[in-house]
Amino acid sequence: MRITLNGEITHTRAKTLDELCGTLGHGLDKIATARNGDFVPAALRAKTHLSENDQIEIVAPRQGG
Amino acid sequence: MSEQALKFYGTQIASRLLIGTALYPSPQILSDAIHASQSKLVTVSVRREAARARSGQGFWELIKQLDVHVLPNTAGCKTVKEAVTTAQMARELFETDWVKLEVIANDDTLQPEVFGLVEAARILNDEGFKVFPYMTEDLGVAEKLVAAGCEVLMPWGAPIGSGQGLANPLALRTMRSYFPDIPLVVDAGIGKPSHAARAMEMGYDAILLNTAIAKAGDPVKMGKSFAMAIDAGRLAYEAEPMEPRDMASPSTPVAGTPFFKIDNVS
Repeated sequence: MRITLNGEITHTRAKTLDELCGTLGHGLDKIATARNGDFVPAALRAKTHLSENDQIEIVAPRQGG
Repeated sequence: MSEQALKFYGTQIASRLLIGTALYPSPQILSDAIHASQSKLVTVSVRREAARARSGQGFWELIKQLDVHVLPNTAGCKTVKEAVTTAQMARELFETDWVKLEVIANDDTLQPEVFGLVEAARILNDEGFKVFPYMTEDLGVAEKLVAAGCEVLMPWGAPIGSGQGLANPLALRTMRSYFPDIPLVVDAGIGKPSHAARAMEMGYDAILLNTAIAKAGDPVKMGKSFAMAIDAGRLAYEAEPMEPRDMASPSTPVAGTPFFKIDNVS
């Protein structure tokens, strides 16, 4: 399936957002996610099924001003 | 040193200097500068994480060790939707409902997009966030933000990262007079400790800055310098500075001046 992950077109076999995070090695990381512009809480990632052309954002804590 | 405690949304903060965590030469210097500044509230952000990068993890561990309050921002967001979603992601990541709300209008000036700011503030306040809006010093915008539920206002001093100081002191003074009971923070544009002291002398409750410390030749020394300037400015405000006057007024008693003649008095 083709999705856009953090602004880049990517192909994945993951069926859910949780699976996608796992395949990217984020399993235990402190990350937050959004799908098609909407926040997806950590607890809902496993229930969030991916669809063709989904726009996924995966973010982590970073320095800020 | 200040007699009155600083509170944001009911939480007391022990320092009136709020500092950003970006642009430092190294994590160690960031940590040392925060300690030297005695800041108890630092701003942080969220950014895209590459696969297996784990760069956010290290930063999160560093912040936890600092034992400070964190204020996540929505830096770079240009729409209400982006800002709201970023705030929601930041709330989960940093485990706080505080958010420094930025909706940016223009890449060159990084000035706030105030229409979107008010709308995003209303949505986030309704969702239980404690919103710290980065805003212009426009009183009409300020009133709408207060009506939207904001209990703190953060007008810019000058464009972010410019180091220009207080570009519009008259408007900042007016805002202080207009909102005597709302915590006001000058956020952005501060370059030197004297800029911060000036805002504090006007009665501003706190200063938020990043670049002025992070990009100083010696960020640790500059952090300490800002702490001193902000303490001095606050004490001066509480001490009620004298009113300026146009003409001179001798401080040394005139009576008893040696060689005094009445002709000397104009």
